[in-house]
Amino acid sequence: MTITVNPPVAATAPAYGEQDLLRRSASSVPAPGRQLEAVSKLIDVSKCIGCKACQSACLEWNNLKEEIGVNTGTYQNPHDLTPNTWTLMKFTEWVNPQTDNLEWLIRKDGCMHCADPGCLKACPSPGAIVQYTNGIVDFDREKCIGCGYCVKGCPFNIPRISNVTHKAYKCSLCSDRVAVGQGPACAKACPTKAIVFGTKEQMKAHADKRIADLKSRGFDKAGLYDPPGVGGTHVMYVLHHADQPSLYAGLPDNPRISPIVEAWKGVTKYAGFAVIGLAAAFGFVHHLVAGPNKVTEHDEEEAARLTEGRSP
Amino acid sequence: MNMELSRRAFMRGAGAGLAGTAMGALGFGDIEAAHASSIRAYKLLGTTETRNTCTYCSVACGIITYAKGDLAKGEKATIIHIEGDVDHPTNRGTLCPKGAALLDYVHSETRLTQPKVRKPGSDRFETVSWDYALDRIARLMKDDRDRNLVEKNNDGVTVNRWTTTGFLAASATTNETAWLTYKVVRSAGMVVFDNQARV
Amino acid sequence: MTNSWTDIRNTDLVVIMGGNAAEAHPCGFKWVTEAKANRGAKLIVVDPRFTRSAAVADFYAPVRQGTDIAFLLGVIRHCIETDKVQWEYVKNFTNASYLVKDGFAYSDGLFVGYDEQKRDYNRTDWEYKIGADGFVETDPTLQDPRCVWNLLKEHIAVYTPEMVERICGTPKAKYLKVCEMIAETSSPQKAMTSMYALGWTQHSKGSQNIRGMAMLQLILGNIGIRGGGMNALRGHSNIQGLTDIGLMSNLIPGYMTLPVEREVDRSTYMSTRGFKPLRPNQTSFWQNYGKFFVSFQKAMWGPAATKENDFAYQYLPKLDVPAYDVLRAFELMHQGKMTGYFCQGFNPLLAFPNRAKLTAALAKLKFLVTMDPLETETARFWENHGEHNEVDPTAIQTEVIQLPTTCFAEDEGAVVNSGRWLQWHWPGATPPGEAKTDVWIMAQIHLRLKALYAKEGGKFPDAIRDLTWNYKDREDPHPAELAKELNGYVVETVADPSDPAKVLLEKGKQVAAFALLRDDGTTAAGCWIYTGCFTEAGNMMARRDNSDPDATGAYPKWTFSWPANRRILYNRASADMNGKAWDPTRKLIEWDGSRWSGYDVPDIAPTAKPDQVGPFIMNPEGTSRLFSRGMMRDGPFPVHYEPFEAPIANVIAPRIRGNPVARVFRGDMEQFGEAREFPYAATSYRLTEHFHYWTKNNHINSVLQPEFFVEISEELAKEKGIRPGGWVRVWSKRGSIKAKAVVTKRIRPLICDGKPVHIVGIPLHWGFIGAAKKGFGPNSLTPYVGDANIETPEYKAFLVDIEPISGVA
Repeated sequence: MTITVNPPVAATAPAYGEQDLLRRSASSVPAPGRQLEAVSKLIDVSKCIGCKACQSACLEWNNLKEEIGVNTGTYQNPHDLTPNTWTLMKFTEWVNPQTDNLEWLIRKDGCMHCADPGCLKACPSPGAIVQYTNGIVDFDREKCIGCGYCVKGCPFNIPRISNVTHKAYKCSLCSDRVAVGQGPACAKACPTKAIVFGTKEQMKAHADKRIADLKSRGFDKAGLYDPPGVGGTHVMYVLHHADQPSLYAGLPDNPRISPIVEAWKGVTKYAGFAVIGLAAAFGFVHHLVAGPNKVTEHDEEEAARLTEGRSP
Repeated sequence: MNMELSRRAFMRGAGAGLAGTAMGALGFGDIEAAHASSIRAYKLLGTTETRNTCTYCSVACGIITYAKGDLAKGEKATIIHIEGDVDHPTNRGTLCPKGAALLDYVHSETRLTQPKVRKPGSDRFETVSWDYALDRIARLMKDDRDRNLVEKNNDGVTVNRWTTTGFLAASATTNETAWLTYKVVRSAGMVVFDNQARV
Repeated sequence: MTNSWTDIRNTDLVVIMGGNAAEAHPCGFKWVTEAKANRGAKLIVVDPRFTRSAAVADFYAPVRQGTDIAFLLGVIRHCIETDKVQWEYVKNFTNASYLVKDGFAYSDGLFVGYDEQKRDYNRTDWEYKIGADGFVETDPTLQDPRCVWNLLKEHIAVYTPEMVERICGTPKAKYLKVCEMIAETSSPQKAMTSMYALGWTQHSKGSQNIRGMAMLQLILGNIGIRGGGMNALRGHSNIQGLTDIGLMSNLIPGYMTLPVEREVDRSTYMSTRGFKPLRPNQTSFWQNYGKFFVSFQKAMWGPAATKENDFAYQYLPKLDVPAYDVLRAFELMHQGKMTGYFCQGFNPLLAFPNRAKLTAALAKLKFLVTMDPLETETARFWENHGEHNEVDPTAIQTEVIQLPTTCFAEDEGAVVNSGRWLQWHWPGATPPGEAKTDVWIMAQIHLRLKALYAKEGGKFPDAIRDLTWNYKDREDPHPAELAKELNGYVVETVADPSDPAKVLLEKGKQVAAFALLRDDGTTAAGCWIYTGCFTEAGNMMARRDNSDPDATGAYPKWTFSWPANRRILYNRASADMNGKAWDPTRKLIEWDGSRWSGYDVPDIAPTAKPDQVGPFIMNPEGTSRLFSRGMMRDGPFPVHYEPFEAPIANVIAPRIRGNPVARVFRGDMEQFGEAREFPYAATSYRLTEHFHYWTKNNHINSVLQPEFFVEISEELAKEKGIRPGGWVRVWSKRGSIKAKAVVTKRIRPLICDGKPVHIVGIPLHWGFIGAAKKGFGPNSLTPYVGDANIETPEYKAFLVDIEPISGVA
């Protein structure tokens, strides 16, 4: 697989590109002529030692400069994802009530590359967020208007808006590396191979093996996190306590796209970004961002109505 | 890729793998040359690769440095990226958070670039030439050695021992540096000599 | 390491105690996760803190820092009591059956021969009984009360599970679970590996901590086998090489030793280095000492080392004390007895204990030379940085010369990993500014010093004048030339004595193996254990064939492993008395009736009969030592001694403070704190995000752990009113620091001798130079005392007090 060879230095034909777009925010794409094999990053939390090599490699490869922060009483630094920190080790000290043993649950947080991406669906700027048929969900900064919709649309609270550039940032799954046949920088670096990368099928098979090992060590609830509420993800976790994802620094138990976003998606679908106009768009954005972030029953119904009959 | 899956592919001869890519392995099949605007330009194109070993701990991970410019061609070379070497049996391409940020060490703002001297009582370093610094060191060493080298002990035994100038040797330098350091230090009779083995 | 990083994949049980491999060696720790994932191996972590290694362990047990010996001797006791012993291994491959002199005795924490005034032992009686035939007397039945086995059983009787819990604070049930898991590996079909590091060495009895585990591993039959071994996880990238090449006060390359004053000439020096076998038929490989020594002298002084002048024996300095280690160096500096000091890639101001003493010591030097790629606090010890370096530059008269060196990316040569692999690397970048290689700098220092002696004359210039210097560019030797010197070369052609027409060794050629080195001056070798690394076949350290026949983890064609490209030391012990592998799935080498062969280079003469020649060929016994005779200053068996600063008295010997033979300089004893004044047990360590003080210069690593902190339990935080992320002051008898508080479940108070002991964890990294935020480090607090045998400072166990503070900017 990807890291059995070192990165190339000679020009090479890209593995995928514009012609492989499956979705494009606030606009449509021609049906792709081929279906790339789906890729996936698998994060095996039970093998993770929390060393932050992934964070380090991400900063280095993507030429990101994070601020030197402060200690607030935890190993977690920075304290949250930022426009420059696209991946972050989150640390949870949990005493397992069944064994009375301390478990140090360490989860690498970052973009999950949802098959059904809430960010893309929420994005009002044509082409600012794209999804390829291999599963990568990528941001195109040139087209980003910094509205923050993607943040609202993300069920995992991942994208961050820069106060400097006023653009949205998140993990690209190292789309530049994947284009030359390499895996993401974090997976390449990971010392214990808690992070691996390959086709989604391979990753699921690998996860099965890991889950069997964990079960043999007494973790009978070990399992794969590939949440169906977002159509599955192209970043998956092996969890020792797959029955309780939220133990792992609040990993959503049942993530799904906010119905409001689904509603918005409906609006763009029928009205189109160009037709409803920027003013209307920003008005709606303002409602979403500044308004109470609670889903009412009415919203649910409205969402259901608006999303009915969605074309595939 | 995880070790479990990569083992077979790993068993290739030395040096293989530098040029190839594994797009086929990812199942992409035939490739059309069209990039996308969201995808950042691949930054290693045209760089010069050099095999090295991580300078930090004694796991001694294999690394590859990627530089603009080629030393072998007499060019100035500036490293732009460092990554684990997948052909290395120990680390197989992986790196820890220090190794993954080696580039920051190479280009640290606190890298030293000129010899400097701080005079007695001064509150600053002053830049000096290499010749000045090295001649000064040799002078200071010789003056002290001539004054304090113990040629014979009280019993008249030849001991040729110099205890008033000491040398604390590095721990990330090469064997070759270590050997030359040993030769220079021991031939001068120095015994206050130690390294970083303990800390 | 007796084994290698890649060999850890072969293990069944990993014990991480005295180290934190996941944190300090993540990519080596990979092989633990591989063993777990691929062969169901288990991982045990024993540590005062629930570490990153513990995060992925199958079993974690807490232990109070500085009590590992009690724990390990307790495990040995458990194995013996429950008959979990690899008996054939113990009887044949250890000195269990050897009889010990009648004068040897132990009581109340002390062995026979103790002199309290000298803080030293007369070790004459710590020796075997020697029979009329000149060999050690033995009792293969292990019945004789004076045999090592029975003395050992008697010695460890006190370390009952109850006593272990009382000393170590490890709950008995957890301790017994560890015992049971370890004991299972006494089966010849099971292997356990010990991965340790500074968590064992940095104690006043560090060497004995390691002996404790080594003894356990021998009893379990886990030395010399795949997946077994004593695996010291060395720190820096070439600290193994620096040690191999003997850059220490008392060493000659290849683990030979510098003469002491009473060794007035070479024959006196050699008289204690004969290494006559102590049992019949044994190899006792050090009998070749003279060949390695003379070859070293020839490498140093070439034609000036002649038979007539005792091979320039007098060119070597002779020691008047056991060692001029770093603690002695700074003590001498502090006493005003040193003029100059060189720091090559080293930051002692932050790295050594009791910083106040270090600052005072450096200020008494006439000159200090630093050679480093990076700024260091040591080079700027005279610079005022407010509370982070409170000094008055005008009061410091030290002249400091700071030399910029290249770093790994810009130089060429080999570094030696923990598993003894010499790996060559190549330069990939242009050095910044005027930075120069260390090789060029050392050459310049030598040449200029030599020129001054040539011009002015002076004291004993001979050893400087005659130093071998046959480099193509004398101003800047090439790394390959230096590597060839280390490997060794033929000085004079040697003909075969039985056939003068046949040439054994041809002048000018590289020596192929250390077995060819000679003591008549016809060969030269800088470091005999490296012979084979750069031969007529080329630079073996640059080999990059990563094939691994039958996936043993040996990688025999990858670079070069000393000695003789051997990957697992003592590998003959992987086979039984008939020369067959204890476990066929772990075969390393086997005896085919006439020769040894297999996956690795045999660690025994190829034709040595398995039922005659023991596997531990470096020992004159041919066996390994459960009883180490008089070779260690603090005893032939380990004893539990408390750290010099301990929260409780030594329950097995309440009168003894610390290690009774550890060297303590005048004034330092008075600076040890008492538990009533400093109630908390502190320990220091490094974080995975950082590498000592270097990464302080790197932006990314500074981001990942930005600010100096200390770690305490929720219980202590509550008791002292300390809030998570709040500021605290921590102080010992030697200094005071300010830090943020990380309050964690990963540290719990331990109950030791009936009292709760709170632990304060103090990571190191921060200083007053570099990209990182300014901060303090543990060494403002640590005590100035080292291990009794090798003087590694006691960084891991000392006493502090702590309080919450406010108002820190």
